[in-house]
Amino acid sequence: MKYLMLVCVDESVELSPAERAEMPAATEAWVSEMDSKGIRLLGSQLAPLSDATTVRVRDAEVLLGDGPFAETKEQIAGFDLIECADLDQAIEVASKHPVARFGALQVRPFM
Amino acid sequence: MAGVREAVDEAFRAEWGRIVATLIGMTGDWDLAEECAQDAFAQALRVWPRDGIPRRPGAWLTTVARNRALDRLRRHASEAVKLQQAAVLSPAENPPGGDVDAEDIPDDRLRLIFTCCHPALPLEARVALTLRTLAGLSTAEIARAFLTAEPTMAKRLVRAKQKIRNAGIPYRVPPAHLLPERTNGVLAVLYLLFNEGYTATAGSRLVRHDLCAEAIRLARALARLMPDEPEAKALLALMLFHHARRASRVNAAGDVVTLEDQDRSLWDRQEIAEAATLLDAAAGREQRERRGPYLLQAAIAQCHATAPAAADTDWTLIASLYGLLGQLVPSAVVELNRAVAVGMADGPAAGLALVDALAAAGGLEGYYLLPATRADLLRRLGRPAEAAQSYRQALDLAVNDAERRYLARRLAEAEAGVGPDPDAQAGPDADAAN
Repeated sequence: MKYLMLVCVDESVELSPAERAEMPAATEAWVSEMDSKGIRLLGSQLAPLSDATTVRVRDAEVLLGDGPFAETKEQIAGFDLIECADLDQAIEVASKHPVARFGALQVRPFM
Repeated sequence: MAGVREAVDEAFRAEWGRIVATLIGMTGDWDLAEECAQDAFAQALRVWPRDGIPRRPGAWLTTVARNRALDRLRRHASEAVKLQQAAVLSPAENPPGGDVDAEDIPDDRLRLIFTCCHPALPLEARVALTLRTLAGLSTAEIARAFLTAEPTMAKRLVRAKQKIRNAGIPYRVPPAHLLPERTNGVLAVLYLLFNEGYTATAGSRLVRHDLCAEAIRLARALARLMPDEPEAKALLALMLFHHARRASRVNAAGDVVTLEDQDRSLWDRQEIAEAATLLDAAAGREQRERRGPYLLQAAIAQCHATAPAAADTDWTLIASLYGLLGQLVPSAVVELNRAVAVGMADGPAAGLALVDALAAAGGLEGYYLLPATRADLLRRLGRPAEAAQSYRQALDLAVNDAERRYLARRLAEAEAGVGPDPDAQAGPDADAAN
């Protein structure tokens, strides 16, 4: 079963310098493990929130926001498309992602 | 034929969950499973008056339900995969009444209950789904039991089944590394069910289904299905200790009677004895280190249930049990209950010291039993003015009518400057209420 796993962080949460330093390696390790097991099909970190643009059309008018959705405090920092046997496996995969310790992973099944 | 109606009802209670669980395992389709189970019972009502009640109603019903499911699957050519599975699993034509050996039908109820109680489902959905699929309550009955509108409950059930399907919640007993936490989840749902039924006494909820009885029935099934899980026995024991006291909990006026005032001659001694046996079995299994929260709560309930009179209650033991429980599941409410027990065992001053520490630590704001407990201890210490103040705080927070009447009466006494009655048992109001 395919799931879209959204990697969500609250940018206002402060990580210690030590935590910040170990993130790239920890993430790389997760990516490696899930790639090699055929679980991770594709994915990417996303550019910073300040590079985001929000697009809506209302009354035939294109309305642009110059950042991500303003309403939520947790924002999408990356995504991975994963292939898992069932939700329990998807949960296990998500729980191993380093962001799980201070952010959140949203696991969405495909329709 | 009255005998047939009763036989079908009895078979329903005993077999519904088992049949639904088997059909879900067989077809992977929850709605189909429920419908085919329903059809089987409808057929029993039609056929049993003519052919007699079968020797093994469960086997008969399962055969009919399975055949119905196969029938419906065959009609849908697109369900090729399901058909393949079903063909592998089912023997060829089994006439109703012809013997499907009971041993051939594995009991899939464990898979079903773990799936119903999966943590990815909202808690309300877990409860509703458990009642629908395992206990066989109708959507209307479940809605009434939880004072919800029927369409709301129906939607809740539809969404839960949809999520199981769409998100890939597996239909299985969890693997060993997940089993402890998932088992706790199942026990929590069953205990929640029991408490829903237990706290809704006082005669105002006549239309509510007997949730306590359903919870006990499910807990019994779980204990049987998980013989090596002592907490399942402990939970059943806990429920039975509480349930044994039900006849004495409400007086003729419909008011709630607190524990120390209950007429113990009305307590169900058979249930208490059964609970004690289960508790022994569970305790025997749980070595000192692995003692679980339900075992401790059941032990506390046993202290009350086996005291011949309120004055004989072993409050020292209860206090130490709450202490152990607090180490396992740190909780301000558990600590409050321990304070109450200490107040009984070592005197109100000792209890008051703990309550004041709790109030200072915070976390129980808005919980009426904190000021109510404080008030009771102050009353017993002969400090009516302070007691009155705490009773007022408690009244501000209390919602339940029966509790408010009790608090108002105590407040009136305190305001009249009535000192402690040396003969009266103090009210351990916080200790599991009644």
